[in-house]
Amino acid sequence: MDAPLDFRGKAGIADRLFGFAALAAGTIVLVALGTIAFTTTRRAWPALDAMGFDFITSTRWAPNDEVFGAGAFVYGTLVTSTIALVLAVPVSIGIALFTTQVAPPRWRKPIVYVVDLLAVIPSVVFGLWGILVFSKQVLPVYELLHGWFGGIPVIGALFGETGSGRNFMTAGIVLAVMITPIITSLSREVMDTCPTTDREGAYALGATRWEMIRGAVLPHSRNGLVGAVMLGLGRAMGETIAVALVIGSTVGVSANLFAAGDALPARIANEWGEAEGNWRAALVGLAVALFVITIIVNLAATAVVQRTGERGGRR
Amino acid sequence: MTVDGGSGLDLSQRPSSRTRTDRAMTAVMLVCLLAVVVPLAAVVYTLLKNGAGQLSAEFFTADIPTISRIEGPGMGPAIVGTLLITAVAAAMALPLGILGAIYLNESSAGGRLGRLIRFMATVMTGVPSVVMGLFVYVTYTLRFKQNAFGGALALAFLMLPVVIRTTEEMLKLVPDNLREASAALGARRSRTVLTVVLPAALPGVVSGCLLAVARAAGETAPILFVVGAATSVNTNVFREVNTALSAQIFANAQLPFEGAQQRAWGAALTLVLLAFVITLIARVVTARFALKR
Repeated sequence: MDAPLDFRGKAGIADRLFGFAALAAGTIVLVALGTIAFTTTRRAWPALDAMGFDFITSTRWAPNDEVFGAGAFVYGTLVTSTIALVLAVPVSIGIALFTTQVAPPRWRKPIVYVVDLLAVIPSVVFGLWGILVFSKQVLPVYELLHGWFGGIPVIGALFGETGSGRNFMTAGIVLAVMITPIITSLSREVMDTCPTTDREGAYALGATRWEMIRGAVLPHSRNGLVGAVMLGLGRAMGETIAVALVIGSTVGVSANLFAAGDALPARIANEWGEAEGNWRAALVGLAVALFVITIIVNLAATAVVQRTGERGGRR
Repeated sequence: MTVDGGSGLDLSQRPSSRTRTDRAMTAVMLVCLLAVVVPLAAVVYTLLKNGAGQLSAEFFTADIPTISRIEGPGMGPAIVGTLLITAVAAAMALPLGILGAIYLNESSAGGRLGRLIRFMATVMTGVPSVVMGLFVYVTYTLRFKQNAFGGALALAFLMLPVVIRTTEEMLKLVPDNLREASAALGARRSRTVLTVVLPAALPGVVSGCLLAVARAAGETAPILFVVGAATSVNTNVFREVNTALSAQIFANAQLPFEGAQQRAWGAALTLVLLAFVITLIARVVTARFALKR
């Protein structure tokens, strides 16, 4: 994109200043990620150093005894985001397929608009709804499920007794609602890049619409969908406030999805006000652990998405 | 027309199993759509039911009761705080983000550094807000105490990558002819960008930035760590604790008192309306003025 005439030297000052400002702005991003990792780790070091590897593996979190094991919170983060993905992924892909392949073109905008509305609502509002309304309404459903499946061996362990409506399952459901818009919009984008020739080819061979989707759209979009799901996973794991309100804030590892627990970011938000000294260092340590996990997930997702994007561009 | 009975030709074929699968899958997709509409409707309904009664001139202006058991209005300081923190954050993140995007799309077309920055910006959009909040706590709040500027810093870091990515997408849409024409007239690159490329992309950039601002206005976790909790209006960004709607919702939602919960609902409705209005403006700007793909 170089200009054909180059007046470098004479007219350079304005251009060079401008270029430098732009470069500096871009570089902030690079500096920020490194600085976040360094400064938070240094602050958390007293707690991390004292606990060693137990910080991640131990499930005993007892601030009064200066024992900080984040194992239960790592477990809670994994369980709630798994529930969220199990619920949100089929729904998101279903909506994306409906908007791109099935619905008449003039339905498209309203559907996109409604799904995007979910993304406009701040997470703390979902949390408020979850703690004051949803967790109470859903309690009978949990008791019903416990009655049906609680007695079955192995699976029954997942559907144990419910205390309050604030537990892993409620947190997972609220997370699912919150990550659906991002998975849906990314899925829609990849599905839109499926070449018309592929789709028409499938129809020409006599495929029904569903067979066309299975044979042309889904195989074409597979990588992009994997990326979308991983970005959704990253969001679910980092989501703080809604989870902090509905997960029940209890240190515990239980296979029972209806048991109260806690997650990494939620524990930080709930304990920050009362913590001091090494306790605060340990909470910053939780943030470091969360940062590492989400960065790995996001790096992988971004790599997958960018690869498919470049391939799509070459077609 | 008569059809003689018993002829072998039956035009009303029963649907084959393939057709039935096709219809069933279409139905499943519709159910998926419903699965999103139901919680959205539920949230909006409870928000309106519990929040609408709270909104009044007094609610928007009065101080927050210092004893949370008390019933009655007051979210003024939180509204001021949210507007102040978000505005300062936008004032920092938007110019930087737009400059960064200009670097990515205009200066370093395809360069290695540009690719790295773009990749990192995408990764940075995934950094959880709680981590960003603690980062600002460690680097800023420990030295300068809790105040609104710390919150603005955290929100700015959250906005920055989003602004960079959306602005870059918009700059990509500006046709190269315009840049070449401007260069042919003898304009320098900086002049081309400022007077030709940016004005052409402006509506899209504005709408992308507004969406980033709307999202940031609802962030809660950083406010808890770096802004603190005030109960009266504080317009000084650098002095003393402040508060925001999101943090007030979080605090009041956990209290067992009727009055506190009512204030939480009112604050939630105010916050959603604020975010909704910003989003709506963004949509209008895009629909009316933006370059189409």
